[in-house]
Amino acid sequence: MGKEKIGWKELEIGCVVTEPGSAASYKTGEWRSERPVRDNTKCIKCGICYIYCPDACIREDEEGYFEADLYYCKGCGVCAHECPRGVITMVEEEEEAKEEKEK
Amino acid sequence: MTKRRIVGLEGSFAIAEAVRMANVDVISAYPITPQTHIVERLAEMIADGELDAEFICVESEHSAMSACVGASAAGARVFTCSASQGLELMHEVLYIPSSMRLPIVAVAANRALSAPLSVWCDHSDVMAIRDIGWIQIFAENNQQAFDLTVCAYRIAEDKEVLFPAMVHMDGFYLSHVTEGVMLPDEEEVAQFIPDYEYPFVLDPDNPVSMGCYGPPFIYPEAKKAQEVDFEKTKPKIQEVWNEFGDTFGRSYSPVEEYQMEDASIALLTMGSSGETAMLAADEMRAEGREVGLVRLRLWRPFPFKEFREAVKDVELLVVLDRALSFGMGGPVCSEVKSALYEKRKELNIVGFIGGLGGRDIPIDGFKYMVNRAVERVKAAEWGEEMGPEMIGVRE
Repeated sequence: MGKEKIGWKELEIGCVVTEPGSAASYKTGEWRSERPVRDNTKCIKCGICYIYCPDACIREDEEGYFEADLYYCKGCGVCAHECPRGVITMVEEEEEAKEEKEK
Repeated sequence: MTKRRIVGLEGSFAIAEAVRMANVDVISAYPITPQTHIVERLAEMIADGELDAEFICVESEHSAMSACVGASAAGARVFTCSASQGLELMHEVLYIPSSMRLPIVAVAANRALSAPLSVWCDHSDVMAIRDIGWIQIFAENNQQAFDLTVCAYRIAEDKEVLFPAMVHMDGFYLSHVTEGVMLPDEEEVAQFIPDYEYPFVLDPDNPVSMGCYGPPFIYPEAKKAQEVDFEKTKPKIQEVWNEFGDTFGRSYSPVEEYQMEDASIALLTMGSSGETAMLAADEMRAEGREVGLVRLRLWRPFPFKEFREAVKDVELLVVLDRALSFGMGGPVCSEVKSALYEKRKELNIVGFIGGLGGRDIPIDGFKYMVNRAVERVKAAEWGEEMGPEMIGVRE
């Protein structure tokens, strides 16, 4: 994100943000230490994860399954806790990265 | 033809006159001794139609400053005032306008902090807010309280400044004492502080976000910009004071000197005690002693250059603090020491703490400080530690 490189001289007075809706570009996904990993074979498409997600980062795909947008997902695990079918497992980011490397 | 006139006014009413002539749009304040008369007088002016402003009644100083922040962000000219516990309750919100660069003008009727409960003057409340990023200016008498409040609007709203400014007036010594105050013509004041346009205002047609979240990737840059701009206000403050002098005949400086031409000993004060210290300097001069006085008019941003210049030829600087930083001594004394660290290591500085909670410091008090300071410098040469000393305290 280019904005992260902004120098102090480039800031507007009082740190005013002149671009409306710019909060959407803030990558809260960087806070995450665990990510939700889904086993959609168990999913009944009830949408409880979608309703409970406190960040509203879960979207419904064309087939009716739900997926977290990892740009925003902070890894809180509420979806995994609320899922009535145990579809979602929280996996540590580092392990996930290791597994992907091994593949 | 201007209509200037001298009127007998207590400091609080002088402030209220300045605020009325500044034609403010919004006032939000909560009464607290010794600031109450300012708010009462302003409320009266609005009720009587002498001032066309919104008076927002609030339940606390915290809300008063919050209302001022909102009004200022919407582009209004704003005033508030407080003291002591009230200023402390406001504390959290005081950082917002200085970081968001909102040119709010406030007055503090300096007062001690509890406990024990004291409604009388000292500078504990001033020192508790010295790091908030407000321009802080000290008045010594009621004329200055008026003049410096008028100037505060012009300074705060200058496009190259845009910082909130606070005028400090000693509680009771000025707030409740009637003195002759030269009031200028209202038109002159209106010309001196014209309407201003803030570069960003809350406007639905041109939306901006103010007071945003500042994650680690941007917070230090925000603070650097704030500090650089705050330092840059110093020449502008002097410029406004000079222009005020050209128009109204009374000019001010960040550091003001009295009998300093050939002084080898200098007293240093802030606020109303400067006037007593002047009398003390006069008496000591009559006794043949080379004593002068330095008064800090501008407390923040700290006038390093002007201060060093003022004391460059003195051998002994005697600092009065009307506040106590527990476990550290006098805050003004420790700041002037740090201001001189790089330039004048050979200068002796002796600090005294006095006048706490409204205890008077008479002329003899200043003479005592000078004599005691000379003794202490001698004692220090023999190895005695020069810790802070409280004066006028019964054993």
